[in-house]
Amino acid sequence: MFDHSNTLPPRPGVGYKPQHFTEIMENPAPVGWLEIHAENYMGDGGRPLAQLRALAERFPISVHGVGLSIGGEDRLDPDHLARLKHLVSWLNPASFSEHLAWSTHDSHFLNDLLPLAYTNDTLTRVADHIDELQEVIGRKMLLENPSSYLAFEESSWSETDFLREVAKRTGCGMLLDVNNVFVSATNLGYSPQEYIADYPIDLVGEIHLGGHDEDHDDHGAPLLIDSHGREVADPVWALLDITLAASGPRPLLIEWDTDVPDWPVLAEEAVRAEQALAKVDA
Amino acid sequence: MSKTMKTVALVGAVAASFATHATTATAMEKEKCFGVSLAGKNDCAAGPGTTCAGTSKVDYQGNAWTLVDAGTCASIELPAMADGTARMGSLEELDRDLPAS
Amino acid sequence: MVTQTEFEAALLDAERPVPEGLVDGQGAPAGRRYAVYRNNVAVSLSEALETAFPAVAKLIGPENFAKAAGMYLRREQPGSPLMMFYGAGFPEFLASLEPLKPIGYLSDVARLEMALRESYHAADAPVLDPAVFQGMEEEDLMASRLGIAPSVRIIHSPWPVLSVYNFTMIEGSPQPQPTAEDVLVARPDYDPTPYLLPKGGADFVQALQQGQSFGDALGAAGDDFDLGATLALLLQGGALTDLKRP
Repeated sequence: MFDHSNTLPPRPGVGYKPQHFTEIMENPAPVGWLEIHAENYMGDGGRPLAQLRALAERFPISVHGVGLSIGGEDRLDPDHLARLKHLVSWLNPASFSEHLAWSTHDSHFLNDLLPLAYTNDTLTRVADHIDELQEVIGRKMLLENPSSYLAFEESSWSETDFLREVAKRTGCGMLLDVNNVFVSATNLGYSPQEYIADYPIDLVGEIHLGGHDEDHDDHGAPLLIDSHGREVADPVWALLDITLAASGPRPLLIEWDTDVPDWPVLAEEAVRAEQALAKVDA
Repeated sequence: MSKTMKTVALVGAVAASFATHATTATAMEKEKCFGVSLAGKNDCAAGPGTTCAGTSKVDYQGNAWTLVDAGTCASIELPAMADGTARMGSLEELDRDLPAS
Repeated sequence: MVTQTEFEAALLDAERPVPEGLVDGQGAPAGRRYAVYRNNVAVSLSEALETAFPAVAKLIGPENFAKAAGMYLRREQPGSPLMMFYGAGFPEFLASLEPLKPIGYLSDVARLEMALRESYHAADAPVLDPAVFQGMEEEDLMASRLGIAPSVRIIHSPWPVLSVYNFTMIEGSPQPQPTAEDVLVARPDYDPTPYLLPKGGADFVQALQQGQSFGDALGAAGDDFDLGATLALLLQGGALTDLKRP
């Protein structure tokens, strides 16, 4: 059991990668907390858990689930719920978050965050699943907005209203991924600034930032891909400033999951996050 | 000396040669355990939904198989196994083995 | 309405049309936007296999590996979100592929790679103090039970599986010779390591894993068994956890 308060500090954090272990332990500045993907630490032992124990002695840890399939049509996998409960209970992380998405169907895990139609049925299902999870792990979770490449004709809710309603029904908080907002807004042709204006900003417990790639659809329209494989784009930093002006300082995570760079490059992104935080008043 | 007596003596001798070794390993554990030789290989390569493939054409072949190149197995040269079981092949040998199609 | 059953089926089979009801921001059919999800699934699972089986990938080359992985991931998706255990059925799948059959050792190399990964994530366990053997009576030793660490795996192979693995992964390793090899995977500290077992060693360790006594395991190992060398490997690899006296 590690003794950190159950909230993340309003400072920069990074997604933890094992190749950065030594550098993070020796000179983490300005990184004030770390995020791990829950599923990578669900083995029975060995180096991953040894590293995590050592990191948790020193840093607040955010556990970010990438495999619960909260939006899935099937019931939540009881084995996976049990694994999450185990991890959260021994690690006592500062935060737990998951995605508004589905990834498992018919017991097949598809290793992707798949999109949901924003309907009343989906709302009920998502809220029930979040209730169940929060019951099992004994704490509130943060729910992350997805990056979207397409929409569902049947959707009857805006994403921001949908998220607000889920929070109202379950008491969960929000993980606002500003890059996802920019990616989805570009891909689906709406204003990212208006999205932020409509978003339940008071519920934000954590903000994500990551890099995206550029592609295009059948008609040559820009299609941004949430690759987490490069620096955060300038317009996303600009959108972050607008967000922080509305929310005040929040825990701010840099995600870099593909083509992971050497530590100094990632630390440089965290420095930029620190500068963005310094611009807003507490 | 009976066979089992020999065993006891042998086990004792092997164990004795490791007696100091074990303490060294425990002491070194803290430093060694944080190397990353295998960690990168075993961590998920990326979070779900974060590949860079985008809309690019990924090869979605069905069950058709055409061998396109040979890896390092082509440089492993092994004659027939000593016990006469099937010899080790390389991809290069496939041309001879596959029925014409 | 697009069900997740429909969405999934078209993800894994690119011959199927994009499900109706998926649109872009203006309400036009989603078209290749759907390919982003197809690619994410196929590429991420394929890359996971490549990361998990680097020796197999080198042996058959990246393009052949991508084809094998593409076929496998459509047949068998991960059974849980624990990606570190994906590919348990891959060795058997490789053995079933007709064009790869001449490379008889390939499936066993894949089994060795899977064993290394399982070992990496296995539970921690105490390491036996070799001093416990000192001064033991013959009867006590024979009736004792040696605990094997959860990180230990045994690969029985009719092929020179470890030599092929080393030749592929470690520069300067000698050409494999046509002999059968049994491999002990153990995890000294936190690094899974493959060791070549002497004759009978695999049977000995497996008997211990099943909870048999030292004496019975010795019997299972046969007459040509080299106990000294096997015990040295087990101690070197931190593969023994405890000794329970009768």
